[in-house]
Amino acid sequence: MTDSPLLECEGVSKAFGAVQALYRVDFEVNAGEVMALVGDNGAGKSTLVKCIVGIYPFDEGKVRFQGEPVDIHGPRDAARLGIEVVYQDLALADNLDVTANMFLGRERTRSGFVLDEPSMEHAAEETLEGLSVTTLGSVRQTVAGLSGGQRQAVAVAKSVMWNSKMLILDEPTAALGVAQTRQVLDLVRRLADRDLGVVVISHNLHDVFEVADRITVLRLGQRVAVLERAETTQEEVVHAITAGTLDHVPGMADAGVTES
Amino acid sequence: MTIDPGTEPQARAEPGGPTEPTAEEPLPAATEIPLETRADTLGAYVRRWWQGVRAGELGALPIVVGLIVIGIVFGTLDDTFFTERNFTNLLLQMAHIATIAIGVVFVLLIGEIDLSVAFVSAVGGVTMTLLLRPDASDWPWWAAVTVGVVVTTLIGLLQALVITKAGVPSFVVTLAGLLIWSGVVLIMTTEYSTSGTIRIQDDTVIGIANDFLSDAAGWVVGAVAVAAYALSQALTARSRRARGLDAKPGIVIVLQVVGLAAVAFAAIWYANRDRGVPQVTVLVLLLFVFWSFVASRTRFGRHVYAVGGSAEAARRAGINVDRVRIAVFMIAGFMAGLGGIILASRLRSVATNTGGGNLLLQVIAAAVIGGTSLFGGRGRVVSALLGAVVIIAIDNGMGLLNLATGTRFVITGLVLLAAVLVDALSKRRRAARGVV
Repeated sequence: MTDSPLLECEGVSKAFGAVQALYRVDFEVNAGEVMALVGDNGAGKSTLVKCIVGIYPFDEGKVRFQGEPVDIHGPRDAARLGIEVVYQDLALADNLDVTANMFLGRERTRSGFVLDEPSMEHAAEETLEGLSVTTLGSVRQTVAGLSGGQRQAVAVAKSVMWNSKMLILDEPTAALGVAQTRQVLDLVRRLADRDLGVVVISHNLHDVFEVADRITVLRLGQRVAVLERAETTQEEVVHAITAGTLDHVPGMADAGVTES
Repeated sequence: MTIDPGTEPQARAEPGGPTEPTAEEPLPAATEIPLETRADTLGAYVRRWWQGVRAGELGALPIVVGLIVIGIVFGTLDDTFFTERNFTNLLLQMAHIATIAIGVVFVLLIGEIDLSVAFVSAVGGVTMTLLLRPDASDWPWWAAVTVGVVVTTLIGLLQALVITKAGVPSFVVTLAGLLIWSGVVLIMTTEYSTSGTIRIQDDTVIGIANDFLSDAAGWVVGAVAVAAYALSQALTARSRRARGLDAKPGIVIVLQVVGLAAVAFAAIWYANRDRGVPQVTVLVLLLFVFWSFVASRTRFGRHVYAVGGSAEAARRAGINVDRVRIAVFMIAGFMAGLGGIILASRLRSVATNTGGGNLLLQVIAAAVIGGTSLFGGRGRVVSALLGAVVIIAIDNGMGLLNLATGTRFVITGLVLLAAVLVDALSKRRRAARGVV
C-alpha cells in the first residue's frame, strides 16, 4: 500500500528475568493486510502484542508506526496512534447493551454529563452497518444475549469506531462454531479491505489460511519465518512452528539457565 | 417471530463444512435470537415485553403479583388495612425505607453490599438530633440536617476507602461498620440522656415526616408529576424518531401516562380523604426522580452499571473503577443519612436502639424485592420504592393483625428469601437462554 509498513518492529527483545520471551524479533504489518501471528504456546505471540501496545516495555529494538519512530507507554498511547487490541475475553459488560458497550468510557454527552443516547445509538448502527454486521438484531440488545460471533463483532466494531488504523485480534475464533468463525473471518477480511492493518493471533491454521495475506511464525521468542499465504502450505507453517531454525538457542547464552 | 431459534444455526453451519466439531451446540438458542427488534406498534411492544419476561427479564412483574397477594391476604384478614388512615400511614412508614434503599440499590448495582446502612442512618439521625437540642447546641434545623447528612456521607467515604484501597471485601468492611456505628449510636445517645431517648423539639424537622400537603397542593403536585412524565416521554420519543431510531409507540406512551395519572390521582384522592398527601412522600418521589436520572441518563450512572456488569471491562474502557465505587458508597451513606433523619422526624426522637431491629433487613429486602440483583449490574432505582411498598405493606399488615415479633421476623425473612429466589431463578433462566 505505502512505501513503509504501517507498523514495523525491528530487533525487539523482551526478557522476564531469565526467560527470554522475545529475542531480536522483526515484525511488520502493512495497511490493508491481514498478518497472522502464529506459534506454539509460549512462542511469544502475546508478549509481542503486549509490548507493541506498551503494556510491557521492549528491552531493546525499534518500533516505527507509519514510518515514524514511536515510543508507546501504554494502551492509551497505542489508542492515540490508532492501534487497538481485541483480547480473547473481549472485555464486554454483559449487562449493558451493544451501544453502551461500544461507547463504554467514551460516552457522548450533552452538557457534559447527560448521555446523548440517540446520537450514540445512531453511530453504533452506522459503524456496524459499515462493517456489514447484519446479524445483530438491535443495538439496544444486551450483549449477554449475543452469540460468540456477534460478541466478537461488537468488540471489533467497538475498536474500529475510533478511527483506528491497526487492529490486533487475539484468538478471535477460538471459542466459535463453524458458522460464526466464518462471520468473524469475513469481518477480518473487510477490515483489511478498509485499509486497516490487521494482526490475527491464532492457533487454528485452517482459519489462518482462510484469512491471512502473510504469516509470521514465532518459535521460542524468535521469528523463524514470514510466509506469503499464497506461496506456502500448512505443512510448511507447521514445520516452522515446531522446528523452525533458531538464530539463538535459548539458555545457552544465559548463565545458569539450561533447557533440556 | 417466525424464525425457529432451534434449527436456524445448524442450517447456517452446513455450507461451511464440518471442519471441526463445535462445542457450542448446547446453546443453539443463544445464536440469532429472533428478538422483536423494532417495537413501533402496541402489539409488537407487548410481544417484546412478554418475550423478555419469558427469558427471565421480569422487571416489576413479581412486585405487582406480590402486592396483589398482600392486598388479598391482609384485606380479607383485617378490615382496617385498606382504610384511608392506614393508606397515609403506609406512605409515612415507607419513606425512610425507600430513601435508604435507593442508596442500597446503587451499592448492589456495582456488585457490592453495605450492611452498615441501618446504623449509619441512625448516626445521621442522632447527630442531627443532638445538634438540635434547645438546651445545648440549639442549631438551626437546616444546619443540623446538613451536618447529619455530611457525617453519614463521610462514613460512606471512609468505608469505601478501606474497601477500594485495602482491597477488603465490602461485606466484611460494612459488617465491621455495622457493629462500630451501632456502638457509636449507643455512646452518643447514652452520653447525652439518662433515659436513652432524645426528643426532637424543632417543628420544621418534626414536620418533615409528620406534615401533610393541603388537598389542593396534593392535586397540583400530582398534576405536575404526570405532566412532567408525559413531557419527558414525548420528548424522548420525538428525538429518537428524528434520528430514525425506533421509539416507543405513541399509543404506549398515552396508555402509560393515563395509567400513571389514574394511579396517582386515585392515591391523592384517597389520601385527601384522610390527612392528605404526606410531605415526605413528595420528598421521596423527588429523590427517586433525581437518582433515577443519575442512574439511567448520566455518564456516571452508565459507569455504575458497567462496573457491576464487568469491572474488568470497565477498567479497560478507561473508567476509574475505584472512583465509581467510592462515589457509590458515598451515595449510600448520603441516602442513609437522609433516611435516618426522616425516621427520626417521624418518631420525633432518637433512642439507643435507633437503626437496630430489622431496619437493615428491610432496606436490603426492599432493594432486592424491587428487582435489583444481588449479583450486580441489574436493577433500577424504582425497585427501592416498589420494594419499600411491599416490605412496609407486609409489616403494617402484620402489625394490624397483632402478630408476635418473632412471627413477623420469620415472615419478613421468608419474603426476602422468596425475592432472592426469584432473582436467582430468573438469572438462571436468562443464563439458559444465553442472557447471563
